[in-house]
Amino acid sequence: MTDTSRIRNFSIIAHIDHGKSTLADRMLELTGAVTEREMRDQVLDTMDLERERGITIKAQSVRLDYRGPSGDFILNLIDTPGHVDFTYEVSRSLAACEGAILLVDAAQGVEAQTLANAYLAIESGLAIIPVLNKLDLPAADPDRVAVELASILDGDPGDVIRVSAKTGEGVAELMAQIVERLPAPTGSVDDELKALVFDSYYDTYRGVVCYVRVKSGLLATEDRIRFMATGEQQQADEVGVFTPSAEPVTSLGPGEVGYLVTGVKEIDRIKVGDTVTHEAAPAAAALPGYLEPTPMVFSGLFPTDGDEFERLRDALEKLRLNDTALVFEPETSRALGFGFRCGFLGLLHMEIVRERLEREYDLDLVATAPSVAFRVGLVGGGEREIKSPQDLPDPNERTEIHEPIVRVMIITPAEFTGTVMELLQQHRGVMGEMHYLSPERVELTYRVPLAEIVFGFFDQLKSRTRGYASLDYDPDGYAVADLARVDILLNGVPVDAFSAIIHKEKAYDYGRKLVAKLRQIIPRQMFDVPIQAAIGSRVIARETVKAKRKDVIAKCYGGDVTRKRKLLERQKEGKKRMKMVGRVEVPQEAFISVLQVDAD
Amino acid sequence: MPTDGGVAAVALAESAATKVAAYVHVPFCRRICPYCDFAVVAGTDLADRYVSAICAEIQRAEPFDDPLAAIAFGGGTPTALGPRALEQMLAAIESRFGVASDVEISIEANPEDLNPSTARELTAVGFGRISLGVQSFDDDVLSALGRVHTADQAWEAVGAARDTFASVNIDLIFGTPGEQLRSWESSVITALESGIDHLSTYSLTVERGTGLSRAVLAGAPAPDPDLQAEQWLRAADLAGGAGMVRYETSNYARAGHAVVYNLVTWAQGEYAAFGNGAHDHRDGLRSWNVRRVDRYIERIEQGDSAKSGSERLGPWEREVERVMLGLRRAAGVRAGAAGQRLVTSEGGVALRDAGILEVAGDRLRIARPLLGDGVSRALLALAPGDC
Repeated sequence: MTDTSRIRNFSIIAHIDHGKSTLADRMLELTGAVTEREMRDQVLDTMDLERERGITIKAQSVRLDYRGPSGDFILNLIDTPGHVDFTYEVSRSLAACEGAILLVDAAQGVEAQTLANAYLAIESGLAIIPVLNKLDLPAADPDRVAVELASILDGDPGDVIRVSAKTGEGVAELMAQIVERLPAPTGSVDDELKALVFDSYYDTYRGVVCYVRVKSGLLATEDRIRFMATGEQQQADEVGVFTPSAEPVTSLGPGEVGYLVTGVKEIDRIKVGDTVTHEAAPAAAALPGYLEPTPMVFSGLFPTDGDEFERLRDALEKLRLNDTALVFEPETSRALGFGFRCGFLGLLHMEIVRERLEREYDLDLVATAPSVAFRVGLVGGGEREIKSPQDLPDPNERTEIHEPIVRVMIITPAEFTGTVMELLQQHRGVMGEMHYLSPERVELTYRVPLAEIVFGFFDQLKSRTRGYASLDYDPDGYAVADLARVDILLNGVPVDAFSAIIHKEKAYDYGRKLVAKLRQIIPRQMFDVPIQAAIGSRVIARETVKAKRKDVIAKCYGGDVTRKRKLLERQKEGKKRMKMVGRVEVPQEAFISVLQVDAD
Repeated sequence: MPTDGGVAAVALAESAATKVAAYVHVPFCRRICPYCDFAVVAGTDLADRYVSAICAEIQRAEPFDDPLAAIAFGGGTPTALGPRALEQMLAAIESRFGVASDVEISIEANPEDLNPSTARELTAVGFGRISLGVQSFDDDVLSALGRVHTADQAWEAVGAARDTFASVNIDLIFGTPGEQLRSWESSVITALESGIDHLSTYSLTVERGTGLSRAVLAGAPAPDPDLQAEQWLRAADLAGGAGMVRYETSNYARAGHAVVYNLVTWAQGEYAAFGNGAHDHRDGLRSWNVRRVDRYIERIEQGDSAKSGSERLGPWEREVERVMLGLRRAAGVRAGAAGQRLVTSEGGVALRDAGILEVAGDRLRIARPLLGDGVSRALLALAPGDC
């Protein structure tokens, strides 16, 4: 057990690409946790996808033995995800810390997500050390960005530490400042055990591994323990720390961060945010837990090959072992067969889950257009939450539709303010505040229906601001909206997978664009295929894929019968990648095209 | 438009199943046409050795039980070889296999190679039927196709053929990019007015690895399938109006001039084949020779077989193939096990609904031949069954 005065627990808050992982790598090197030879770039990002995209999805933690000018300290670095979708993961990590490094790219300046997470840290009572990274870049403008940072934190630009994680410049000074400026944890070893579970992951051999932060008392190997929220009683089979490899220790005392292995094999039985205490001498009250992550965006995932349904179920269950925010339930689509309606924290989360399913589990999937959860008032009283357009009750059975609203925060270079405002207006945004972070950069706050930003909004924002704007959003209640379901009929048959709930003012334009797009994507068939967009029984747009008149792939010449048959067989294989919707063959990309229709 | 689905036509089509035929491939061409992906070679450097190799391959072949009902010389350009070489190969076949009294002996030729003199030489050697690669009577189209001859030369050649041969065919190609519907119509009309007995109209297809394919990939216009469909319909109308009967997707004939060799192929009959890249079908085994001319010659000269591959179909695949091939004919095909399964299958029902596949008694027919590949795919998609 280490004296709490010799411990510092901190997170690094940073935007994607602002160098968080690189900085962590330098710290690992400086403290000898990892030798240079062992150093893979970005040690802490373990998932392939994280490494590839340069983002952190799951929190990790590492214990650093730091020998500084004022003696030896244990520094626990608790890594946090940088993306807006993973705010709930951030809040867990922050609850395990006393301080945070706010890391900002000296060339790029502060981004919306960093700001959101910085506010989260301030609200959680954490001490903040502002740090500018990438001093080595020619485009770095540390003086300007230091002013921005100071304005956000209400501090002095002189307090901003300047580093280059890439070259290592300033990192030693930063570590000394961590010890100086961040408070030591408090908590007595004599009190009852309270340890916060701030994350968990599933290990094939050891079952569920919990990341814990001891707030008070002592957590030792072979202790009989209880998880206070679930009531689960277990033995602490192993207690340890990450250095960064897992190393067993006999116990963890107040302020210490490490891991706990119990006999639990099912991840669902451990709630992240729960408090671990002793069975015999339990704490009177649990630590404040976390908000359960709430899925914001829903999409249907269907295997291209109907026989893969069970494999998809297995894969989703496995993914959920390490991603409690992922929710799913079986869904049946007339067009796509059996699949799952999945709930995600946001668009990136959705994209990552889909990519992992396809890559790690080798599944070929069709994803339907993302939707949000609407609350629909029912005639005769009551309310129903619908996560899929197909579930929308008929107009004569419903009263009003409430849609989820988000508070959108955008930071953009001042020159793009007008065009960003215009974009937000087109997406039914209502302006809140406008705040100049510096003469060059503006922070805009709007209330926008979530449904408006799940369809390519981020891409539009990026293209309007040449990639400079950044975005964050928080749920901000529900509002009544004039919405309608736009259905698509192929050959007179509604295709549920193409349905979307759209604001009435935009429904016509949306229907027209989607129908035009589908006409290009759907190949010609043996008969004319009318494509219609309809609201209820009213057709609002129509196109026709004309019947093909000639379909001869190769001549059958001489006596070479084999060749023609083989060509046809190969073509038949290609057809497998098509979905039969009624009598119409629809390529998979058609289902994705729904996502690419923007109402601009 | 008359198509030959009558009782006599059915009998003719089906009787070909028990006939046997032989094919000789002559790969040499003056120059290679940009759309062609046949086993061909420019120039005649290897001609002498090739003829000897063909004769040797014929000598080694096992005769059929019955004499040949048809012999076809195709290419390439068979007339790139002189009458003596052609006679030599023909004689080898006749002596090895024997021929029926009404045997059809046909040869392909290019218009630039045929004049009254060469025509008489070919009939003297024994060829009774000639097929001329006219392709078009429009000089712009001919040049787009990379052909050597002109429309006038073609007209002259047809005249020479008609005066000499018992049966004359013209091959035409439709859908050459740039070819207008009217140009196509006048090519067909000219062909019909020239007094031919048989007309083959092929749609230009972009085959992989050809000059045409490379050009299209580089952005040159590709054949327009809708225009081709229109052109096919116009040809069918015009040929019907001139008293010809369409007996297969691409083939029209006056009474008594349907090509026996083709009918054997579509009836899943047996045929021997000689030369590089030639495919034969004997005793349920489909096999093919090496494609390169030099390799073919070397193999034969070394006393080896020239075969480079073969496939023996199982009973179900064979049944599927029978229906697939038979459906090319206007006479259609006896439904049989595969046909009956097809008409009740999901794909088959869709094809019937779309008016592509027709059922008449125990026979199936394709009403819209240009969509026949869809029927083949539906057949191939059937789960194997008993037959």
